[in-house]
Amino acid sequence: MTTAHDVEPMVKANAICKNFGSNQVLKGIDLHVQPGEVVCLIGPSGSGKSTFLRCINHLETVDGGRMWVNGKIVGYDLKGSKLYEQSHNDICRSRSEVGMVFQQFNLFPHMTVLENLIEAPRLVRREKKTEAVAQAMTLLEKVGLAEKARAYPRQLSGGQQQRVAIARALCMEPQLMLFDEPTSALDPELVGEVLKVMKDLAHSGMTMVVVTHEMNFARDVADRVVFMADGYVVEQGPAREVITNPQNERTKAFLASVRSEPAVA
Amino acid sequence: MTAVTTRTEQAAATSDGYTVVKAKHPGRWLSAVVIIVIAGLLLRSVITNPNFGWDIVGLYLRDVSIGRGILVTLGLTAISMAIGIVLGVIFAVMRLSANPIVRSAAFAYVNFFRGTPVLVQLLFWFNLAALYPVITLGIPGVQLDANQLITPMTAAILGLGLNQGAYMSEIVRAGILSVDHGQTEAAEALGITRLQTMRRVVLPQAMRVIIPPTGNETIGMLKTTALVSVISVPELLYSAQIIYARTFETVPLLIVASLWYLLITSILTVGQYYLERRFARGNQRNLPPTPLQQLKRFFATHDALSLKGGKK
Repeated sequence: MTTAHDVEPMVKANAICKNFGSNQVLKGIDLHVQPGEVVCLIGPSGSGKSTFLRCINHLETVDGGRMWVNGKIVGYDLKGSKLYEQSHNDICRSRSEVGMVFQQFNLFPHMTVLENLIEAPRLVRREKKTEAVAQAMTLLEKVGLAEKARAYPRQLSGGQQQRVAIARALCMEPQLMLFDEPTSALDPELVGEVLKVMKDLAHSGMTMVVVTHEMNFARDVADRVVFMADGYVVEQGPAREVITNPQNERTKAFLASVRSEPAVA
Repeated sequence: MTAVTTRTEQAAATSDGYTVVKAKHPGRWLSAVVIIVIAGLLLRSVITNPNFGWDIVGLYLRDVSIGRGILVTLGLTAISMAIGIVLGVIFAVMRLSANPIVRSAAFAYVNFFRGTPVLVQLLFWFNLAALYPVITLGIPGVQLDANQLITPMTAAILGLGLNQGAYMSEIVRAGILSVDHGQTEAAEALGITRLQTMRRVVLPQAMRVIIPPTGNETIGMLKTTALVSVISVPELLYSAQIIYARTFETVPLLIVASLWYLLITSILTVGQYYLERRFARGNQRNLPPTPLQQLKRFFATHDALSLKGGKK
């Protein structure tokens, strides 16, 4: 693994704070993600994992601290020593370099799978239809759903929908992929197929930040695991180490509670 | 559908040796008889009362000036609805704007046009020349004579269109708000701009909510156009009025107009049904068959003459 000094980090978060009204959700998060690294954010619900993830592509504006993605400050243009707030269209352009996958898939229900995939490349990058379709079909092939190109999202299972959503994000050829609890809305037997696609993606060298409750995935696929609680990063380190041998009491308690769940079910 | 299930029930019941006796529904028979008797009495009075003047109705049903009136009514409905829908979308988006002035302006528009009777608005537009004899639009050199500009037709289009815009904006706003916020987020995360998101992602999905009331509004508009007879626009009702003012055959001509209104609204209702199906795409796994498809299926599975088939 490369160290912070070798290359510009893909994500560099400095003291990120975020409030929702009087409720402080993020209380100063520092986090670096190197290119090609897979980082899993774990922690109890309400710990701020999802909010932090959404700050990375500016779906949430930060109230304090600074976020860099791929060397650029999120939401601002740096000219000299002045930070100019970006226009909506500029924000959109930077967002198109970051793919995001949601818990609820959020596929466009009125479009076929193929139309879902070619929409952003056509609108944002002004790609020709033939090129966009060819690329979309390649990606559908990769997630094993080429034969579903003409189906509507509602006609697919949850697992298939999430694989389509991953392919849709990849269509924009992002340099960074964000996953917000991608398997939490799935039936247990469908989780595996989505995790497999994500694993393949990780092995292909994609930089990934994943908010997840799948500890086995975090242990086996992630390079690093970050445990968050109450808006702080409580513990982080190499995935296997943190998950099999946590040091912090809160991490231990959380992992124990997650582990016990399958036994109950 | 019902015939098929009844038969299968019977077959299933008799296969294990029992005889099934169907429940009797005396209440249904009674109510059916009462309704048929009332309908029969009504029909008899309609046929035997000479004041209906059915022969005169038949005579004027395809009258040329009535035909012209229908065309004006249809044109007026189409233009007013088009204006209403365009204004509706604009003001709905304005109502959801982050800018409080823009938001208030849209609210004021909706409030004003929904809060005053459309008949009063029509009369206002018709008498605009009394208010502004010369229209300058604030542009130097532009001097328009209001009396020439505001014909009965332009007054009718302005009045109906602007009024409809207020109602449509509420319908469109409800439609936009019905679309899951995750859709906007997904589009934003892909880098699609706000305007493109509205046009390509939100509005097409809002259509499912917008279309049914818009169909109702169109049907309502078709009937509301009769109001512009007061500012002497020669639409369907006014055309009928011109004739009966001359011949005093008031009732037959009102029947002629009513029959045409009824026919056109019936056609619009069918159109609305198919439009709603079109926009339900992707939201239901399988659409239920249309009545036409049901009929075709019925004849495909039943012996057309005896209606007693049942081969699968």
